[in-house]
Amino acid sequence: MKCEVSRESMPAVPWLAAGVLLALPAWAHEQSGQAAGFVTGMLHPVSGLDHVLAMVAVGLWGAQLGAPAIWLLPVTFPLVMAFGGFLGLLGVPLPGVEVGIAVSAILLGAMVATQSRPPLWLAAALVGFFAVFHGHAHGTELPAGESGLLYSIGFVIVTGLLHATGIAIGLVHRWRKGRIALRGAGAVVGAAGVFFLWRALA
Amino acid sequence: MAGAGLRRRARAASACAWLLLASTGASAHLPDTGLGPLADGALHLFLSFDDLLAVVAMAVLASQHDEATAQRAAGALPAAWLAGGLAGFAAGKAYLPASATSLSLIALGVLVAAGRRLPRALVTALAVAAGLAHGLFNGAALATARHDGMALAGIVGAALVVTTLIVAPGLRLQATGARIAMRVAGSWIAAIGLLSLGWTLSGRL
Repeated sequence: MKCEVSRESMPAVPWLAAGVLLALPAWAHEQSGQAAGFVTGMLHPVSGLDHVLAMVAVGLWGAQLGAPAIWLLPVTFPLVMAFGGFLGLLGVPLPGVEVGIAVSAILLGAMVATQSRPPLWLAAALVGFFAVFHGHAHGTELPAGESGLLYSIGFVIVTGLLHATGIAIGLVHRWRKGRIALRGAGAVVGAAGVFFLWRALA
Repeated sequence: MAGAGLRRRARAASACAWLLLASTGASAHLPDTGLGPLADGALHLFLSFDDLLAVVAMAVLASQHDEATAQRAAGALPAAWLAGGLAGFAAGKAYLPASATSLSLIALGVLVAAGRRLPRALVTALAVAAGLAHGLFNGAALATARHDGMALAGIVGAALVVTTLIVAPGLRLQATGARIAMRVAGSWIAAIGLLSLGWTLSGRL
């Protein structure tokens, strides 16, 4: 086997060599559990299908509604969700959290499926109301010994990325068949919400 | 009526007391780069996300305004950070509740998310307040852990670099999409600050 180094890759060699030769020994930074907190926070939102579907549905609905809802809803959700998490951290009880999460999937799915266009304030209030349940349930589940701050950063970033995923998928709304597909996706989210509700009440 | 007012005041007083009682000792976690205290301090900023997010939020807030306001805020933040840091280093105590850094994230994040133009004096005052608060904690932590004071210069230098790197191109970003991205980032920072406040008050941070 012949190993070839292309002319284009040659300029990278001195930098690579410098990087290797100037590498410092590993330095101590005594903050155990920091990275683990970040990773746990990032993984937590995607570990529950109920949370994932509701987050994506927020993005889908935002894309369907267009500006300014397309960015206002994803701005509202993390803020109010964090407030829910804040309440959970202070030990303020919130009854029917699992039911609230399931109903959020049903309603958000129904909004997308029926292409509902309520006033902007009402859409934001609806999204904000259910965000409290999601924050209360998911924002506080930090394993012992991990960084709460980094958990929060990971949690908020991935929640925002799930909204962005919903918005990206929702861009198919500009095509006729895409609008039909989007409504179908809303129906699927709503149906999943019914299943989550049944499971929460069982 | 008087009873209701008294109850309101009592509730406000207990909330204040709670925030103050929740304060904890400053904790130093300066990395050892092997390049001296200046580099240790510079790296510290990039490993302390409560400080880094405050710098980012303040820089984004500044870049949402006109050039003169942004320049003044970009200078005020590191200057106040240095002043606060020196005061904290000299006193060995931050004299602020631990929740102050979370509150700064919430306030700056909400203002960025709102995307409203603020008076120049208010933006400067916010930069000074944020710089003083975070600097006080840094200085007190360095003194408590008996670190070299030069680390503070590294922290302030890094804060200046990060602020400049965000403000300079940020001022040029006039596209609607970029402005929206800034506001979304603000809402994320405020959300992180709110959760961070919850962790602090619950004693789990």
